[in-house]
Parts: sequence; structure tokens; C-alpha cells
Amino acid sequence: MNPGSKCRTCRQPAIIDLPRHNANFCAEHFLELCRRQVIKAIEHWKLLERDDKILVAVSGGKDSLAVWDLLIELGYQADGLYVGLGIGDYSDVSGDYARRFAADRGLKLIEISLRGEYGYDIPTAAKATRRVPCSACGLSKRHLFDKAALDGGYTALVTGHNLDDEAAVLLGNTMRWEIDYLARQLPKLEARDGFPKKVKPLVRLTERETAAWCVVRGIDYLVDECPIAAGNKHLGYKATLNAMEAESSGSKAAFYLNFVERMAPLLAGHLKDDREALRECEQCGSPTSGDVCAFCRLVATASAHERVPVELIMRGRR
Amino acid sequence: MQVHLRNPTRVLEIEGRRKVHALLTELGLNRESHLVIRNGTLVPGDGELDATDVIEIRPVISGGA
Ligand code: SF4
Ligand SMILES: [Zn+2]
Ligand SMILES: [Zn+2]
Repeated sequence: MNPGSKCRTCRQPAIIDLPRHNANFCAEHFLELCRRQVIKAIEHWKLLERDDKILVAVSGGKDSLAVWDLLIELGYQADGLYVGLGIGDYSDVSGDYARRFAADRGLKLIEISLRGEYGYDIPTAAKATRRVPCSACGLSKRHLFDKAALDGGYTALVTGHNLDDEAAVLLGNTMRWEIDYLARQLPKLEARDGFPKKVKPLVRLTERETAAWCVVRGIDYLVDECPIAAGNKHLGYKATLNAMEAESSGSKAAFYLNFVERMAPLLAGHLKDDREALRECEQCGSPTSGDVCAFCRLVATASAHERVPVELIMRGRR
Repeated sequence: MQVHLRNPTRVLEIEGRRKVHALLTELGLNRESHLVIRNGTLVPGDGELDATDVIEIRPVISGGA
């Protein structure tokens, strides 16, 4: 049916074209390429040890399910963590995908509900803090991931950030020359008091590749976008990078991977060592520079606010 | 062919055959941010789509922090 398109490795009919590798691949050899990219990331940056006890932050989307699947396939021991953000139907459905993935494979999924356990949800937090939803959402997730990893005795917290995510954040930070953020934008952050080791094994794979991994592996994931993400800056940076990628294949990977290899080491000396300044939050014990951590302050503000339906936030953002 | 799209969810009817990359270009979609799926299987850029095919063009970009 596609006489022109053959797998680079075995010459069988291809299922995907990867312009940045200047090649096409069949299903089997595409999966092989993804595994090799993940192994390369893990080995080159020493992301994981064989005996690491891993917690994967799972959203029900393609990246987090792909990274969980890959790590299990590669023989790592990894549990999942799902945080119910209370973003209307989106959260209900995404939770179902995460649960089904775990149940089908006999994997352990830890669940935390923002509304059930902390008395708020993301739409309400956005309204109460008068900030963009992603800001309250990111803060909540970071805190709960760290806490769950430490409470559960995990030695590594894995997230599904892919090459597009990292390149988009890098572009944003570069546009504003955010030296502090740039110095920190690495595939691995070592553990330090109160924070687990954090690693991103998918940074050598593009979003299109992680999605294709899921399709080929038969992983059902939530394709629909978070309804309040629309129009955020992050998506704009991704579109810009993909427009450049269309002109010149491989530029996205070069932008990010060369940053990590060539620029990040130069910035390492500029990483503000805020360790001394950190103490324990009076309320939850997490590391913070003030008396009460940003998460506990968010909980206080958001849980006191009347419940805001997600539709209200979507309207406000159009 | 019948083309299923998202954001917003809609179905387009397209006359005749197409190569995948020609169809994406025609619809103004970047191939770096989409996958083309027919009967649960991926179709590569130079894959031929038949006039009777039912296909899904799936966006792969996620937003957020
Ligand atoms: S897009 Fe923003 S609000 Fe939606 S889940 Fe991601 S971080 Fe949270
Ligand atoms: Zn092959
Ligand atoms: Zn606190």
C-alpha cells in the first residue's frame, strides 16, 4: 500500500515517519528507537538506579502513561500517583484512564483528591488567587508529588515531561533570560532535604513520539486537552518551535539537548543556593523560605472560597 | 474519505485519495503536532489514504505546567 515508505531497520512497511531522524520505522523498530532514547537519557544523565523505588506522576495523558509503561518494560519498579485536580469532567475522565491503565497491568496507583483532602479544586484556586489556573495547579502538583514521594519512601519522582515540554519551557525562560530557572532546567534534580530526586526520562522523545508510543502499544489515554489550558503561553511556545521544526528538522532537539550539554554547565555556578534559607513550614513541615509554605497558603485561600465551576474559568479565559 | 478531527471535535468529508502529508498541508496542520490513524494503526507521511477510508487526525500537543 505504501511502496515508498519502508522501515529503516528491516525494510518492512513503515507506520511512522520521523523527519528528525530522517527515516521511517515499522511498529517494532519504532518502539525499539523509543526504548533506546529512554535508556540513553537514563544512562547519560544517570537519572535512575536499578534499585530506585520510583513514583511516577500520572495524569492519564499520553506522556505519563508512556513513561510508566516504558519504565516497567525496562524492568524498573514503579508505582503511580494520580492527583484529582477537580477540573470538571476532564479530571473525572483522566482519572479513569489512569486507573484502567494501572488495573490492567496490576500496577499500584496512589490517588489524592484536592477537593476531598484539601477542600479545594483548581478552578476555585484560580479564582481565589486571581492567577492563571496553571499556576495554582503547578504549585499543588509539585507539593503533593514531593510529599507523596517522601511519605511513601520513594527514591525517585518521575514525570512524563517530553522534548517539546522542555524545549517550550526553555524558550520561555530564554526569552526572558531567567537565569535562575535556566540553571535548574535539567533532566535530573538531585534529592535534597525535603525534596525527592526528580527525573524526566522522556526528554529525548518528542510529543508526537510519546503519543505514537501509546497508539502502537495500545495504551488508551485521554487525548482531549485540559479545558483551561487553551491559549496559555506554553502552547504558544510549542507552536513556535514546531513551526521552526517544520522548516528545519531536528532544530527542537538541538535547541534543548545542546542547552543541557553546553549551556547548563556554564550556568551551574549561578544556581542560587537557597538551602540555608530554607526551614520547615509551620503547618506541614515542608521546606520553605517563609514561615508558612506557598502550598499551605494556597490551601487556606482556596478552601475558604466558595466553589467555582470549571465553566466559569473557561469563560473567563476566552 | 471521512476525517475525524479534534479541538473542536468535527468530521470532514474529503473527496478522492490523498497522501498523508498532502492532507495535513491541505488542512493547515503541522505534521510535528499530529498523528494520522486508520483502523487503530498509524499511517506515515507518504502513506496513501483511500477515498473510502475513515481516519483520525490526532493532535499530540498538551499544555500546562
Ligand atoms: S493545563 Fe494547567 S490547569 Fe490544566 S492540568 Fe495542566 S497545569 Fe493544570
Ligand atoms: Zn522495522
Ligand atoms: Zn506548608
